[in-house]
Amino acid sequence: MDTLLNRNRGIRNITVLLLVIFGQLVLIAVQVRNDQDVRMVRIWSVTAITPLARVLETARDGTAGLFRNYILMHDAREDNRRLQAEVDHLKMENQFLKTELSTADRAKALVAFQQQTQSKTIAARVIAAGAGVTSKVVFVDRGSGSGVEKGMAVVTPDGIVGKVIAAYPTASEVMLVTDPEFAAGVISQKNGVVGTLKGQGQSNCRVDYVPAQEKVDRGEMFYTSGDDRIFPKGFPAGVVRAVNAGMPYQEILLTPTGLAHGLEAVLIVLEGVHQAIPEAPPANAPVYLGKGPASGGEASPPAGSPGTDADKLVEKYKQIGAAENHTFGVGLPGSKPPDFNIKLPAPGAPAAQPAPAHDAAPIKPPGTPKPADGAKTGAVAPPARRAGEPQNPQPQQQ
Amino acid sequence: MTEYGDRYLVGSQREQVSRFRVWVLFLIPLAAILFQVYVPRFFDFLGYLELPLLVTIYFALMRRSQIWGLFTGAVIGLAQDSLSIKQPLGMYGIVKTLVGYFAASVGLRIDVEHSIIRFLLAFFFYFFHQFLYWVLARGLLRRQLPFEIKLTLMLGLLNAIVGVTLFYFLDKLREEA
Repeated sequence: MDTLLNRNRGIRNITVLLLVIFGQLVLIAVQVRNDQDVRMVRIWSVTAITPLARVLETARDGTAGLFRNYILMHDAREDNRRLQAEVDHLKMENQFLKTELSTADRAKALVAFQQQTQSKTIAARVIAAGAGVTSKVVFVDRGSGSGVEKGMAVVTPDGIVGKVIAAYPTASEVMLVTDPEFAAGVISQKNGVVGTLKGQGQSNCRVDYVPAQEKVDRGEMFYTSGDDRIFPKGFPAGVVRAVNAGMPYQEILLTPTGLAHGLEAVLIVLEGVHQAIPEAPPANAPVYLGKGPASGGEASPPAGSPGTDADKLVEKYKQIGAAENHTFGVGLPGSKPPDFNIKLPAPGAPAAQPAPAHDAAPIKPPGTPKPADGAKTGAVAPPARRAGEPQNPQPQQQ
Repeated sequence: MTEYGDRYLVGSQREQVSRFRVWVLFLIPLAAILFQVYVPRFFDFLGYLELPLLVTIYFALMRRSQIWGLFTGAVIGLAQDSLSIKQPLGMYGIVKTLVGYFAASVGLRIDVEHSIIRFLLAFFFYFFHQFLYWVLARGLLRRQLPFEIKLTLMLGLLNAIVGVTLFYFLDKLREEA
């Protein structure tokens, strides 16, 4: 009890002591001024208060900063999420616009090519791909109702695409150049090397039946030769990617240019017009298509330009018929046929030659004009070209 | 105050609480202050005597009350400040308040009737008084005052000797129990 009492007295005494000293400190502070005539009480007050204020301000700032940063971080997460969604949306939109632009470019190129080329074409869109792993077949939205027939060529401004293998009323089935069953006559740009383009079921094609002694360079362009009677002469076929020596034929791999930029819109050649092989290969631009190789009254090949073997054969038969006063197609069955073995005296006339060895059979496409139509449409049978012959026959203005 | 002292003390110390007449409690401190401010004008060497401090120590020791001691020191110190030139009120007040408090605290625990104890206490509190004043002057007033320890110790001895003598005479003014 006494201890507790004494402790309370001690606390009371110390309290009184501190109060008295504090009172005198205040008294001193009120009286004394420093060198700058500021009362010590003000200096002491400021000195005593400012650290506390600094501590409070630091605590407040830290707390506020913590909340602010938390809120900012929260907002940043929201912003990040929103911006990420916006970026994704813009990426999709960008991709969509790129696709649209590409499509528009291709459509524009297609229209320009369609207007430029002398062949009569009809635009079609690829609407489906054929079933099968190796078959390279697509369906286009133009069919027999639009004048499309089996055997017509399908091209783009970049090159040949394939040929129509079936025409339905509203759609057609097109065999692509990469299909293993596809074949077309082609000719190289530099040296006029003739060969047969064949699909392999892959992205590349090959050119067969090119003798080992012929010179074909890597990067060289091949164009359609017109020998197959499907593709008019002068359409780009592809670029040589590899040339391997072989006997008796070289192994030439070709990248088809018609499929280089995708396959969305194509042109179906309703009536083909042969064109000259350009001097220089196209450089990522729509292929310039020159005038047809020859046109004129009888659609006969010009002197020195005998055309294809089939043309030569037809020409020979015409001359035989003319020499024997025979009109083909008017004789009744059982009537005497003309003598096809007589020798034609006409100098400079192309001599009968054996049929070509390559696979490009001289199938007359529906669009290929008949000799009589040639005068009307300007389309003529292309002159046969062989290695060593002049590269570009002189086109005639129409 | 007396009751407090009586309750706080135990045993033989209860009988050692000194009592003084009221006039003694007023006149002695006043005389000590007047002596310090007036006599040195004629005798410079007497300016080294800190009679107000010695009186404070004596009353604090004898009353054996911390409250009494700190108030006695505060009053005497403030009076001394008020009579000092360019001395802000409170400097001696604070110092003598602490001296009175600690002196009373010492008086509660030891027998302060012995002359040697008084001498030692007077010497110690003089040194403590001077040192504390120097600290306050530097801390509160930014005054760069010198503190010479040897001189302070010598003056402490002088004041302790004077204090023992003063205490002897002041004992005569105590009331008989």
